[in-house]
Amino acid sequence: MVAILSAVVLAAVAVFAAGRELLAPHALDQDVYLGVVGAGVEGHLFGTDQLGRDILQLSLAGARSALAGPIVVAVGSMVIGVLLGTFAGYRGGIVDMLAGRYADLLLALPSVLLAIVVAGLVGRGYWVTVAVLIVLFSPSDVRLVRGAVMEQTPRPYIESAKILGIRPTRIMFRHIAPNIVPIVVANLLLNVAFALVALSSLSYLGLGVPPGAPDWGRQLADGRALLGDNPLAAVVPGVLIILTATAVNLLGDWLSELLDRRVVAR
Amino acid sequence: MNRAVLAFALRRAAATLALLLALSLLVFALLYLAPGDVARNLLGTRNVTPEALARIRELHHLDEPFLAQYWWWLSHAVTGDFGTSIRTGGEVGPLLLDRTGVTAATAGLAFLLSVLAGVPAGIATAVRRGRPLDRMIVAASVVGVSAPGFAVGLILLYVFALGLGWFPVYGTGEGFLDALWHLVLPAVALACGLGAFVVKLTRAAVIRELDQDYVTFARGRGLSERRVLRLVLRNAAIPIVTSLGLMVAYLFGGTVLIEVTFALPGLGSLMEESVLFKDIPVVQALTLVVALVVSVTALAVDLSYLAIDPRVRARAVRR
Repeated sequence: MVAILSAVVLAAVAVFAAGRELLAPHALDQDVYLGVVGAGVEGHLFGTDQLGRDILQLSLAGARSALAGPIVVAVGSMVIGVLLGTFAGYRGGIVDMLAGRYADLLLALPSVLLAIVVAGLVGRGYWVTVAVLIVLFSPSDVRLVRGAVMEQTPRPYIESAKILGIRPTRIMFRHIAPNIVPIVVANLLLNVAFALVALSSLSYLGLGVPPGAPDWGRQLADGRALLGDNPLAAVVPGVLIILTATAVNLLGDWLSELLDRRVVAR
Repeated sequence: MNRAVLAFALRRAAATLALLLALSLLVFALLYLAPGDVARNLLGTRNVTPEALARIRELHHLDEPFLAQYWWWLSHAVTGDFGTSIRTGGEVGPLLLDRTGVTAATAGLAFLLSVLAGVPAGIATAVRRGRPLDRMIVAASVVGVSAPGFAVGLILLYVFALGLGWFPVYGTGEGFLDALWHLVLPAVALACGLGAFVVKLTRAAVIRELDQDYVTFARGRGLSERRVLRLVLRNAAIPIVTSLGLMVAYLFGGTVLIEVTFALPGLGSLMEESVLFKDIPVVQALTLVVALVVSVTALAVDLSYLAIDPRVRARAVRR
């Protein structure tokens, strides 16, 4: 029930992300003479922002940067996590040591803070920020995969694969990998939610997306000054961020519970 | 026994020190991260004359090898001398001290709120697992974990400051009570995510203990539910306290956004301003201070187990 509801919310966000040009064609149309107006004025259901842009259309158009970046961050950090974590967990030794120290180093600082520092000093592009977040998110993935691989390695099926003389890379990615997929996938969804919050935090501070782009975090930053004139300019994107992140989290929780139960049933 | 515990504590402290050294190297490298000439970046908006550039180079030893520069910077940093701010032209150390109070008060209040609300709620849900109250609080905690503090903050501002007029919109206020009043909304916004996190982990820790054999045994022996719960809580305390230590890191990340939202003059908004202005000495100092606080907290949490739990002590010695 909850899972279905979350899936519906996410599907809607995905539809608007994919069909932004078709579904919200007037998102960026400015009407500087109109300026900021409240809800219901001149056919603007949720009013407009300081540039006279329609809040409803702008918010719908913001779905793209709310979904695309976080998915890339989660997938990117998953790839690093699976590669590095599998090698570290299976091989041990110096690779494991280095991966562990790398994780320690990055986890010693709050990731949002690090992202603010690096994104602020390096540059302000959306994809630069996404790349920074991939690096910052990867340590927890590395740890997760490493732990899961270390749990699989001493099992008989791996022992026998070793004795059969199968190449280590094949054991790692053909024999062990399928068994850690459930954990990795559940974690992927949780990472999407975290990345959504992190990315919108950065654009709220003016670091993620360029000024004027349709983005929920940026809308919140702009809307902060408009709380008196049109509070919906901040409330609508705020609710959308909370709703989307909650839906992703609920789906992730549901999935990991489902997978847990299946593991127990086995 | 005691010497072994001491050796473990020292090893752990040495590891923290090594981590901090590595981090300080990274933090120093921030200077080179920004595009452009380092000396020009350090000069900021002041007049760029060849003399000024030469003076900055001399002042920051920029013609020396990287490691020598790093050493020079670090040896000053440990004494609290982080150089001068590009933006204000003043010393970085006093600037930081000036801003610490607001952040400490907000973060402290948020921490207190989330622990005072989160731990009892977590215990209540764990005891009533699967019942309506449990499901309601768990659902609320998922929303809390997902909601970014600044979004919650803006909605709180709209409802309680502009709509109902119960709280001030921004600023810090004067006098103790007024200042506290100004910090309520920021602290609540910060505590939302944190409190939800505390609920989740308290619930998980208590449920894990409730499923243990000793609970079944204690109940079988006819111990009252109250006494069983007391045993459970003592055992569940360890994972809860660890996570509380980890939350200090989370607080520092969140406080930047909250302070910007509520226009509070704390360390977080200083960080935002300095990053946007590329005021690198201040960013370096702030990052280093946060790293120091976070890793020292982690160390303190680890060491406090040694004092609290004899089982942990035994395990540490065996290793």
